[in-house]
Amino acid sequence: MGLAKRIIPCLDVDNGRVVKGVQFVDIRDAGDPVEVAKRYNEQGADEITFLDITASSDDRATTVHMVEAIASQVFIPLTVGGGIRTCEDIRRMLNAGADKVGINTAAVFNPEFVREAAQRFGSQCIVVAIDAKKVSAEGEPDKWEIFTHGGRKPTGLDAVEWAKKMVAYGAGEILLTSMDRDGTKNGFDLGITRAISEAVHVPVIASGGVGNLDHLVDGVIKGKADAVLAASIFHFGEYSIQQAKQRMTDAGIEMRL
Amino acid sequence: MNEMKKSTVAVIDYGMGNLHSVAKALEHVADDNTTVIVTSDPAVIDAADRVLLPGVGAIRDCIGEMHNAGLVPSIRKAMAEKPFLAICVGIQSLMTHSEENGGVDCLNHFKGNALFFGENHKDHDGSKLKVPHMGWNQVKHTINHPLWADIPDNARFYFVHSFYVVPENKNEVAGTCDYGLTFCVALARDNVFAVQFHPEKSHKDGLQLYKNFLHWDGKP
Repeated sequence: MGLAKRIIPCLDVDNGRVVKGVQFVDIRDAGDPVEVAKRYNEQGADEITFLDITASSDDRATTVHMVEAIASQVFIPLTVGGGIRTCEDIRRMLNAGADKVGINTAAVFNPEFVREAAQRFGSQCIVVAIDAKKVSAEGEPDKWEIFTHGGRKPTGLDAVEWAKKMVAYGAGEILLTSMDRDGTKNGFDLGITRAISEAVHVPVIASGGVGNLDHLVDGVIKGKADAVLAASIFHFGEYSIQQAKQRMTDAGIEMRL
Repeated sequence: MNEMKKSTVAVIDYGMGNLHSVAKALEHVADDNTTVIVTSDPAVIDAADRVLLPGVGAIRDCIGEMHNAGLVPSIRKAMAEKPFLAICVGIQSLMTHSEENGGVDCLNHFKGNALFFGENHKDHDGSKLKVPHMGWNQVKHTINHPLWADIPDNARFYFVHSFYVVPENKNEVAGTCDYGLTFCVALARDNVFAVQFHPEKSHKDGLQLYKNFLHWDGKP
């Protein structure tokens, strides 16, 4: 009896539609975000995360309306990420009904923004998203670095040190995506997940690479993640949230069923 | 004629951020005769049939804003006479004192303090626990109460907090949770009920608690 581990379906949203994911050249339409969110809510999702990948900032108004529509009908926590660069962006999303915002690139370019956001809105709603890639060669001690621009640009920042710094600046949660694994369906990078989860005192969400339900189990048991995030395995009906929770429960993980 | 009576529930807005979810969840379970009003107007709070005190962010700002907005007399008046529900930082604001932000005096409706889990919080077996306590945890009912109606004992609710309340009078504890230690997550006295979790984020059991609140006559 205690705190349950969480399953978080992630919706990549482009111009008001759910798409398969930013890493895929061949983007498949996965439906209306409100309908998709309602379906996951009914299936027992513990939270829902939206990643706004809309290219034009003009179209962000669409995202605000979408968050409002979902928050009026879905009574579980909602996180919105993508394009969050200013306190005004955060305020707009929270007022629309988001519970947390994900800050990614803006944190890398201006770490003080995380501190300011946490002081103003509270750490509980500030999720720092980290995109990491393994940079150590075979045989060397493990080392991961922060990348921006969808994994294309290295920053020279050590991922574990960066996570600790972001928590010190007020991040209430870390969303960790392995850019090596994202879109591969080969499972999470368990090494970096565990390294960061053990280095910080706030919850860590593992992301990137889920291809089957055992990967979710591994993320919690071997990666020490507090929550697991996945997109495509749920979007196209491969697995339901209930199936995922049952598999994790069978593996001895405490879940909300 | 009684069933035609109009009823209002005031959600107190003291400038601490998003009340959208709280208001939408109440509207979702309200009947046609119930109006949900998000307000910072003491007169509206005084006239409401029931009052909900939300809370988000840090305690010093919460208490400060309640005072700045001139809402404390209306909050005390509501707690003295009508169904009143406080959530999340709202429950902490009703204690005597909180150790957050270097120590803040609160409204002292319930004697006791809000304490920090600590950054080295440990589970019973000595393993590390994350702080904030974030996610779905089980709530054990320690008393029968109208606000627990149709909610199973040990149902899971959504929490996000780093401070927890320790009331002096254990008879006021209505529910507990376990996270390294067993701590109070619901307080009840007369017409006042307060919870640490977020009913508006706790799916159907959370909505049921709001529904129970809208039907509550304020009697324990």
